Amino acid sequence: MEYVIMFISAIFVNNIVLSQFLGVCPFLGVSKRVDTALGMSAAVTFVVALATLVTYLLQGLLVKLHIEFMQTVSFILVIAGLVQMVEIILKKISPSLYQALGIFLPLITTNCIVLGVAIQVVTNEYSFINNVGAANPNMMNLPQAVVFAVATAIGYSVALILFAGIREQLELSNVPKVFKGVPIALITAGILALAFMGFSGLV
Amino acid sequence: MISDGIIKNNPTFVLVLGMCPTLGTTTSAINGMGMGLATTFVLILSNIVISSVAKIIPDKVRIPSYIVIIASFVTILQLLFQAYLPSLYETLGLFIPLIVVNCIVLGRAEAFANKHSVCDSALDGIGTGLGFTIALTVLGCVRELLGSGSFFGLKLIEGDGMLAFILAPGAFIALAYLMVIFRKVTGKKA
Repeated sequence: MEYVIMFISAIFVNNIVLSQFLGVCPFLGVSKRVDTALGMSAAVTFVVALATLVTYLLQGLLVKLHIEFMQTVSFILVIAGLVQMVEIILKKISPSLYQALGIFLPLITTNCIVLGVAIQVVTNEYSFINNVGAANPNMMNLPQAVVFAVATAIGYSVALILFAGIREQLELSNVPKVFKGVPIALITAGILALAFMGFSGLV
Repeated sequence: MISDGIIKNNPTFVLVLGMCPTLGTTTSAINGMGMGLATTFVLILSNIVISSVAKIIPDKVRIPSYIVIIASFVTILQLLFQAYLPSLYETLGLFIPLIVVNCIVLGRAEAFANKHSVCDSALDGIGTGLGFTIALTVLGCVRELLGSGSFFGLKLIEGDGMLAFILAPGAFIALAYLMVIFRKVTGKKA
C-alpha cells in the first residue's frame, strides 16, 4: 500500500516536471514528437533508477567518512560515469536499443532529474515518506528509495508523453507569430500543470 | 560583451537554457534574484578557472573535468550560503546543488571559456550571469505581484492575490508572456 501511495504521489500529486520544475529543459527540448518522447522517457527511467541506487549507497559511505559536504561533487561524478558506462554497455550488448536510446544518454547527465532525485532521497526535503509513516521519518530505506526513483521517473514520462502528444497537434494549429515555438509550449505546459493541480490533496 | 549576454544571447529569453531554476525559484523577486546571483557567482568563477586550464585538459576528458570544477564552486557556494544566508538556503533548497547541472554554466564553459582568454571569459560570465539574474528577477517580480500582491516583500495590494501565479501553472504562463514581450521589444525571432 505504501508503494502504491508513493506512485500516485509521484505521478499525479507531486509530478516532478509540472509541480517541482525539475527536468524542464529536456521536457521542452525533446517533446516535439511522441516517439522521441518515448525513447527519452525509457532512458530517463533506467538511468534515474540506477543512479539513485548507486548514490544511495554512496551516501552511506560519505556519512561514514563524515564528508557529507562532498555530496554534490561525488554524486555528479558518479552519475556522469554511470551514464557513460550505460552507453558503452548498451552499445556492446544491444545495438538496436542503443540506436533508439543512444542519442538521449549524453543529454541525461545534465538532466536535473537524475541529480535531483538522488539528492531528494538522501535528504528529508521533499520526501513524503513522513505521510506514509515509515520507521525512520528522516530517510528512506533502500527499497523505498528505488521505488521512489522509479515512480518519479514514470511521473516524468507521463508528463513528457502527454505533452508531446499535445505539441504534435499544436504544430497543425495557427499560432500567433511571436508565440511560435517556446512560448506556446510553455503556455501549454502551464495549462497541463493546472490540470495536474486538480490532483492535489489526493494523497 | 556584457550586453551581449543580457540582450542578444539572454540565457533565459533567447537561448531558453536553465529553465528548472528559472521556474522553480522565482516565487518572489528576492528568491529569483538570489538564485540569479548564486548562478552568476558560479558562472564567473568556473569560466575563469576553465579558461585558464583549458589548454592542459586533454580533449577527451574535458566535459567531466568541467563538471568537477563547476561542482567544486557549487559546493563552496553551498557552504557560504549555509554560513551566511541560511534562510535563503532553506528557500532555494534543492536548486542550489542543482546549479551543477544548469545547462548555462556548462554551456558557457564549452562554447566560450575553453576558447577564449581568462579576461574575456570572466566578462562573458558576468554578462551571461547578469542576463540570467535580470530575467529571474523580472519573472520573480511578476509572479510575486500577481500572486501575492507585493513587490520585493513590500505589500502593495491588500488581499491574497492569484495563488496560481505562486504555484506551478503561473510560472509557465508568466514566463511564456515575458518571452513574448521580450521578442516583441527586441524584434527577435525564435
